[in-house]
Amino acid sequence: MEVYIAGKGIISAIGLNVGETLHALKAGISGIGTQTNLLNRHDNNLPTGEINLSNAQLAAMGGLNADYSRTALLSIIAAKEAVANACINLKDFRTGFISATTVGGMDKTENFMTAFIRDGELKNIDQVLYHDSGAITELVAEQLGIRNFVSTISTACSSSANAIMYASRLIKTGVLDVAIAGGTDAMSLFTLSGFNALMILDEHLCTPYDDNRKGLNLGEGAGYIVLVSEKVAAGLNRKPTVKLAGYANANDAFHQTASSPEGKGNCLAMQGALKMSGLAPQQIDYINLHGTGTSNNDLSEGMAIQRIFGEHVPDSSSTKTYTGHTLGACGGIEAIFSILAIEEKLIFPNLRLKTPMKELNFVPVTELKEGVEVKHVLSNSFGFGGNCSSLIFSKVN
Amino acid sequence: MSNQRSISAYVTIKEGRVIYNNTVLFELPDAPPASFFNDLYNALHINYPKFFKMDNLCKTVFLATEILLKNISLLNKYKPGEIGIVFSNANSSLDADIRYYQSSLQAPSPAFFVYTLPNVAIGELCIRHGIKGETACFVFDIFDSVFQAWYTDTLVDDCNTKACISGWADFYDGKFEAFFYLLDLTGDKLNIQHNSENLDKIYNNPWKS
Amino acid sequence: MATLKKEIFEQLNLQHIKPEDVAYDQPLFVEGLGLDSIDALELIVLLQQKYGIKLANPAEGPKIFYSIKTMAEYITAHKKQ
Repeated sequence: MEVYIAGKGIISAIGLNVGETLHALKAGISGIGTQTNLLNRHDNNLPTGEINLSNAQLAAMGGLNADYSRTALLSIIAAKEAVANACINLKDFRTGFISATTVGGMDKTENFMTAFIRDGELKNIDQVLYHDSGAITELVAEQLGIRNFVSTISTACSSSANAIMYASRLIKTGVLDVAIAGGTDAMSLFTLSGFNALMILDEHLCTPYDDNRKGLNLGEGAGYIVLVSEKVAAGLNRKPTVKLAGYANANDAFHQTASSPEGKGNCLAMQGALKMSGLAPQQIDYINLHGTGTSNNDLSEGMAIQRIFGEHVPDSSSTKTYTGHTLGACGGIEAIFSILAIEEKLIFPNLRLKTPMKELNFVPVTELKEGVEVKHVLSNSFGFGGNCSSLIFSKVN
Repeated sequence: MSNQRSISAYVTIKEGRVIYNNTVLFELPDAPPASFFNDLYNALHINYPKFFKMDNLCKTVFLATEILLKNISLLNKYKPGEIGIVFSNANSSLDADIRYYQSSLQAPSPAFFVYTLPNVAIGELCIRHGIKGETACFVFDIFDSVFQAWYTDTLVDDCNTKACISGWADFYDGKFEAFFYLLDLTGDKLNIQHNSENLDKIYNNPWKS
Repeated sequence: MATLKKEIFEQLNLQHIKPEDVAYDQPLFVEGLGLDSIDALELIVLLQQKYGIKLANPAEGPKIFYSIKTMAEYITAHKKQ
């Protein structure tokens, strides 16, 4: 049974919707910079992929109360766009909302905590009402009118890829007809200081897959796709042109936050996705790399890719060079980039790559390629806790 | 098919009592978490120094699964990619989040930050037991036996998973609990069918199952 | 160095090892002590918080944190007065 993609919605540092995002991708415009909406930002001028809108502005866009967590505000904007894009009346079907996040309502909690720890100030305690990851999902599900099936996944940077996998399973096993799946994460001081403590942030614009790369830049955003069953797809006016052909999840079993040098978990995930899709490695036209820009990830991922693809590594790029690392949202956001590659016949460049990595036999593309027949795309999302996921999107014949 | 599977073993930790396959293995009611974890670690005669670095949620998960797998060597029978884990809880990594946040007011601690994700507990399990199969982590209000049974069966039906460690563990505000069971396709079986009813029975009344 | 040893044990939360079992010139990052890259980062935090020394490049870590003795020598050489 096939699962098709009927709609998509996205918000990130490079665009407030799919149209703006596509424009930025084609024009090579990165959204990473040192401007910030975050008050009391860390001492350093760390570049981040922040969306240049206040919570009040996001709330006006999405129709949610401006006091809600930024994570929820981003989520509703992207989810609503995905549903509108799909042109489906959700109430006609068994519909689910599967959302992933790592930050949850942390942005509101850290606001509350500062005054609370300093003065015991309790008057803003309602700010922590929606702290939990699950609460964010439920807020958004309620706005979308989805009550029957709502679920939250939190597995670090592979979260929204796993949400998409889970949604696909729910459709294939006949539990749902339609599933909106993806993820959301907003910028928070908690995460910024944590990654800084791990010393994996780049003080300048990140350079994934460059031999001199220094680390990652954090980003924020939300990305959701609408997955539908064969039956639902057949009844749509606009027939889907992309399907979710394969996926797999595996554990690296090496370290809490670092990948094994040979990328064992990464390898198992990619191989599993290929096996499920029935595709041979040489049939993949584009790899959307996890490509965070850390010394560790890019080497492990690169080695794993070489193991699988040998001398014939397809075109690849890290689109985190545009958006920064959007953590729990990156699987969803990059799924949309993968789908756009197929629909628009594009291969997006890996920005700011000057010196190829000496350990690898391949180099990601550095210029936009247009008019390319992109039939199959592999999208990688590798998270802390060794949680590795790979998705394959394919053009429908 | 899935409705004919039986579970191979289970462990519960609740109110300071550890039950393994309907037998009380260890008891230390009313003990503070640190004492409970250390005493249980010593009672199990484990030699795994990394345990001491783990946060409270990881320690809960680790100890429960040490007991679950103590007489079973899954890697003797299966490839690492054929063993999976399905984990759910209500409070995610909130206990670790708070500790990290407090440290960040003075000097953000990388050792605390590393645990501010619930799936790192799964990662620790995988490192300990060499597991490389599919792992999943979900957040629910309360233990959802229907979901847990269904998702675990799906992994086995669809994903080349031949053994699955499935369970629930939570740590928050000094309170902790765990319920893990093993689905092992070729292993010994208890006389307990893998379904939501039985999972609820064990979870709610572990020493009466 | 006795103070430094105490600080290291506290920072790394080394409950399973007795301080008297770790000699000042004993390699820290080997199997027996179970120290890893996250512990190295914690030692960087220790240098910053207790001695005001900022280590911008984690790659220097292995040399500096080789043993309590090498750490003490580094601190003496770089400590902010």
